[in-house]
Amino acid sequence: MTNHMIDYKNSDVLMNIGGNTAENHPITMKWIEKAREERGAKLICVDPRLTRTGAVADLYVPIRPGTNCAYLGGLIAYILDNNLYHEEYVKHYTNATYLVNEDFDFDNVTGLFSGVQDNPARNAKAYDLSTWQYQTDEDGEILTDPDMRDENCVLQVMKRFYQDYNLENISEITGCPIDTLEESYRLYATTGAPEKAGNILYAMGITQFSHGTQSVRSVAVPQLLLGNIGRPGGGVNAQRGQSNVQGCCDMGILYHILTGYMPVPQRDAHPTLDDYNEAVPVGGYWVNRPNFMNSMLTAWWPEQSLNDAYHYLPKLDGTDRSHIGQYYRMGQGEVKGLICWADNPAVSGPTAGDKRKYQALLDWMVVVDLFENETAAFWKAPDMNPAEIDTDVFLLPAAAAYERNGSKTNSSRWIQWQEKVQEAPGEAKPDLWIADKLFKAIRKEYEENGGVFPDPILNMNWDYGEEADSREVAMEINGYRVADGQLLSSFGDLRDDGSTACGSWIYTGFYSDPDNPATKRRIAEKEGIGLNTQWTFAWPANRRIVYNRGSADPQGNPWNPEFPLFKWVDGQWDMMDVPDFNANIPPEESAESAFIMLPEGKGRLFANAHGGAGGTSNDSPMPIHYEPAESPVANLLYPQATFNPISQRWYPVEEHFGDVEQYPYIISTYRVTEHYQTGSVTRNMPWLVEAMPELFIELDPTLAEEKGIQNGDMVEIEGKRGKIQAKACVTSRIKPYNVNGRTVHVVGLPFHWGFMGMSKGDITNDLAPSIGDPNSTIPEFKAFLCDIRRVG
Amino acid sequence: MANSICLIDTSKCMGCRGCQVACKQWNQLPAEETAFTGSYENPPRFSADTWLKVAFKEHDREDGNVDWYMAKLGCMHCTDAACMQACPAGAIYRSDEGTVNIDEVKCIGCNYCVTACPFHVVGFDRLTNKARKCTFCHDRLVSGLEPSCAKACPTGAITFGDRKQLIDRAVNRVDYLKARGKNAQIYGIDELDGTAMLYVLADNPEKYGLPADPQVPVQTRIWNAIFKPLRLFVVVAVAFGLWANRSQTREIEQAKRGEK
Repeated sequence: MTNHMIDYKNSDVLMNIGGNTAENHPITMKWIEKAREERGAKLICVDPRLTRTGAVADLYVPIRPGTNCAYLGGLIAYILDNNLYHEEYVKHYTNATYLVNEDFDFDNVTGLFSGVQDNPARNAKAYDLSTWQYQTDEDGEILTDPDMRDENCVLQVMKRFYQDYNLENISEITGCPIDTLEESYRLYATTGAPEKAGNILYAMGITQFSHGTQSVRSVAVPQLLLGNIGRPGGGVNAQRGQSNVQGCCDMGILYHILTGYMPVPQRDAHPTLDDYNEAVPVGGYWVNRPNFMNSMLTAWWPEQSLNDAYHYLPKLDGTDRSHIGQYYRMGQGEVKGLICWADNPAVSGPTAGDKRKYQALLDWMVVVDLFENETAAFWKAPDMNPAEIDTDVFLLPAAAAYERNGSKTNSSRWIQWQEKVQEAPGEAKPDLWIADKLFKAIRKEYEENGGVFPDPILNMNWDYGEEADSREVAMEINGYRVADGQLLSSFGDLRDDGSTACGSWIYTGFYSDPDNPATKRRIAEKEGIGLNTQWTFAWPANRRIVYNRGSADPQGNPWNPEFPLFKWVDGQWDMMDVPDFNANIPPEESAESAFIMLPEGKGRLFANAHGGAGGTSNDSPMPIHYEPAESPVANLLYPQATFNPISQRWYPVEEHFGDVEQYPYIISTYRVTEHYQTGSVTRNMPWLVEAMPELFIELDPTLAEEKGIQNGDMVEIEGKRGKIQAKACVTSRIKPYNVNGRTVHVVGLPFHWGFMGMSKGDITNDLAPSIGDPNSTIPEFKAFLCDIRRVG
Repeated sequence: MANSICLIDTSKCMGCRGCQVACKQWNQLPAEETAFTGSYENPPRFSADTWLKVAFKEHDREDGNVDWYMAKLGCMHCTDAACMQACPAGAIYRSDEGTVNIDEVKCIGCNYCVTACPFHVVGFDRLTNKARKCTFCHDRLVSGLEPSCAKACPTGAITFGDRKQLIDRAVNRVDYLKARGKNAQIYGIDELDGTAMLYVLADNPEKYGLPADPQVPVQTRIWNAIFKPLRLFVVVAVAFGLWANRSQTREIEQAKRGEK
C-alpha cells in the first residue's frame, strides 16, 4: 500500500471496497476505530453482501458482484460533474492538464478504444497503444493546457468518457438504490477538500476479475482526483492477504518480475544486457534501473562478467508462464515435474477440479507444506483413482513461521524480522534449510554428471553457511560493496559497474548494520502521527508514505496543517518522513515531479504509453466497466461490448463458460476470519474448526423460499465447470439485486475447504473460471454463474 | 462490587472471535464438535468446555436493511450472583478481586448453579461431575495481567480496568452512539446489583441474546433464604434419623434371625 495501516487513524473517510477488513484484517480495525472515535471519521463498506465490516460500517453500499468499475466510475463522474476534485493537486500533480493525441478515440457501442486489433493466439483482442499518447511539440515536450479547458486535455477527455457513468445508469448496473449510491459518493467526495484525506482499502474483491487492473485503476483515479495520494490518512491501500506475500513479490517470485519489480528480460527483445538496460523509461526514477539490475547480477554471479551473468538469467520466450498457463500446459502433458512450495493450487486455483486431474500427468511432484494438503494428496481426492496415477509425490514437512527466523514484509511495506521461538516438530524444516539442501544436491548432480547448461547453477553464489543462515541471505539482499564487503545503507549507492552487489534494491538499508539491523528495531513513537519510523524498516529507504510530495502544495505548505509530513520553512524542508522527491531543490521544482516513478512525473489519470516500460494497462487508459465473463446481464453502457476483450483466455469460450439460462445465479467466493486461504492449516486447528465447522453457502430468503431451502439444509451448487455441496446459510445480509428491471440473486461461499484435514468439505474453486486479467492474469474468482438445488 | 471490571463495548465488536479462541487457549479447553446450522455462532451453547462465545444476531429492520449484532457473551460475574446463592456446597465464592469463581474441589455436581444462572453460562462436566465457567482469568488477575479476552481484542471492544473509569467511558460511549441514532444503552450497572462484565449495547439486550431483565430465579431466592440455611439441620436430622434407624434395624434383624 502507499500508506500504512496505523495511518488509517488519520483518515477522514475510509472506503472499504472489494475487501472485508473486519474479517480478513481484523487487527487493522483498531486503527479504523481510532479514526472514528478520535476524529469522527466515517467508514463506508461497499460489498455485495453485508459482511462483518458492513455490520460495523457507518454506511453500507450493496453492489452486484463484478460492478466495481461501474460503482467507482460513478464516483469519478460525480466528482467531475460537481467539481469536487482537489483542483490544485490535480493541476500540478496529475496529468489532467496534458493533451491527449487527437486520434485517441472510444466507441461507446462496442466499448473499444482506438487501436484495437485481433489477437488470435489469445482468442481475444489487443491494442496498439500508439494513439494512447500525449501530444508533443517538435522537441518532444508534452503539450499542456494549464486551465484544463482544451477538449483534448486529460480532464476533458475524462469528463466526456464518464458522462455515461451517471447515477441512474450506475444504479441500474450495480443494483444499488440510487439514494444510497449518491450518499456514498457525496460522503467520499468530501475528501476532495484540501485539508481532508480519504482512504480506500481494498483486497481481492477488487483484483480477482478479468478486469482486475481496471478495478484497481478505478480506486487510484478517484484518489488522484481528490488529492488523497501521498499524504497521511490517504492512499491506495491494498490489504495483502498473507503475512509475507508482499515479501514474496519483492523477491521476484511472480514469473514476470525479478527482485525489486524489475521486469524479467525477454529473450527476443533483450538479447544482451545492454539491450535490457537501454529499455528503461525516458524519465523518472526507473532510469536508474541498470544500477539495480547489474547489482543483482553481481550478487548472484559475482565471479562472472555482467554479460555472462545476464546470459545465465532465464528469459521470457513468449510461453505463458502464469499460474493458469502453467496448469494448462500441464494438462497438455508438457510439464514433467512440479515443485509446489507453500501453495495449495488443488484448492485455490480456478477450475480446481480440472487442475487436480492435470497433476496426474506429472512424472513427479514435490510439495512443501505444514500439513499434507490437497495438492500433495490430489491422487486421494474423491474423484480420482490412484491406480491410474503414476505421479511420484514427495511431501516435505515445513517448519511454521515461528520455528525459524527471517523477515516478513507486510502490506505497509514494513520488513519486520522475526526470531525463532521454538523447534519445529518431527522432521519439519525451515524453507531456507530445504532450499539450501536442494540447491546443493542439484549442484552436486551437475558437478558429477554434467547436464545441458550447468553454468548458472555451478557458478551461482551460495555462501550462506554449512547450515544456511538467513542473516547471511539478508545481507546479500541488503547489498554490499564488492571490494570490502561493506554493507550499503541506500540504493542510491548501487552502481552498474559490478562494484556493488544487491539482491533486491528496494530492501537496501534494512540490514546494513548487522549488529543492530533496522529490520529488528522496535522503538514505538511516543508522539507523532503514527509513522513509527524507528519501528523496523519500510521499503524503500524507510519511507512510510510514498509519493509524499503530494502531502503539501507546490509552495511547500501541508494541505492539512494537522499533518505536516513535509513543510517548507526558511528555505528548507521540515520532514517527518523520508522524502520521495528531491528535497534539495525549491518546492515549486519538486512539485513538478510528485510521482517520480513515472517518466513525466505526474499521476496518470489517463494511463498511456508515454515514455515506455510500464505505466499503462493493456486494456484501457481510463477505468472502464466491463461485465465479468459469466454475467446475467449485458453491458448496459456499451450495448455491443463483451466481457473484457483483452482478457486472457485459455479454454474455448463456448466450452468453458455457461450462460444465465442454465445458471441463473451470480456466485461469489470469499474468506472468513476463522479460516485461512485453503484451510490446509486452519482446518486442522480444533478451536477454529469449532468456531467455523463446515463449508456453507449464503443465500437470500427469497431465493431460499423459491428453492425450498432452509437453514442448515444441504445444497448442491452447480456451474459449468463443476458441482459441489454446502450447508445453507439463509440470510437477509444478501439482498436480491434489481438489475435493469430483472431480479438477480447472488449466492456466496468461502473457499477454505478441501478433502484433507480434520474438517473436510467440497472445493469451492472447482466452479471458478480460468480466465485472467490482461495485465496480471489474475483469475476471476469473484463473480460467475451457478444454479442451486436442495439435496438434503 | 469489584474494583476492576471488563467493559464490553459491542459497538466496536466485529465478531473476529479473538476472545473466544483466547479463552479456549488460555484455559486449555478442548474444542467441541459443532455443525453449521445457519449462523456463524458456534458452539451454540455454553458448556463445561465453552466459557465464552461470540453471539451473531441478525435482525431485519423496517427500512429493509439488516442489523448484525456481535458481542462476547459469558459469565457476568454478578454482585447478586444466582449461582452463589444456589450452591448448597459453598463451592462458589467471590474472590478478593471481586470475581465469582467455582471451587471444583468443593463442587458436588448438583447442577443447581447451572439452572439458576439467568444467563445460562454455567457448564457441567458429566465425566468429572463438576460445574465450570468463566473464571475472569483470576489466575491472570493475581499476576497483574488482564483477562485473556481483553488482551486478545484488537478493537478495544473488550477492555479491563478501574470500574469507575470504565463506567465513565461507557456513559460517554452511549452518548456518542445515541448522537448517531443508535438505541444505545448500558447493561450491567443495575442488573443483579451490578455485573463485573459491563456492556455498552447499541440496541436492546434481547437483540444480543442477553435477557432484558435478568433476575435471580424465585426458586433460588427461596432456596437460598429458607432451605439452604436449614441444610445443616437437615444433614444432622438425617444423620440422626439414620443412626436411630440403625438401632431399630439391628433389633429387627436380630428378631428375624431369632425366629429362624
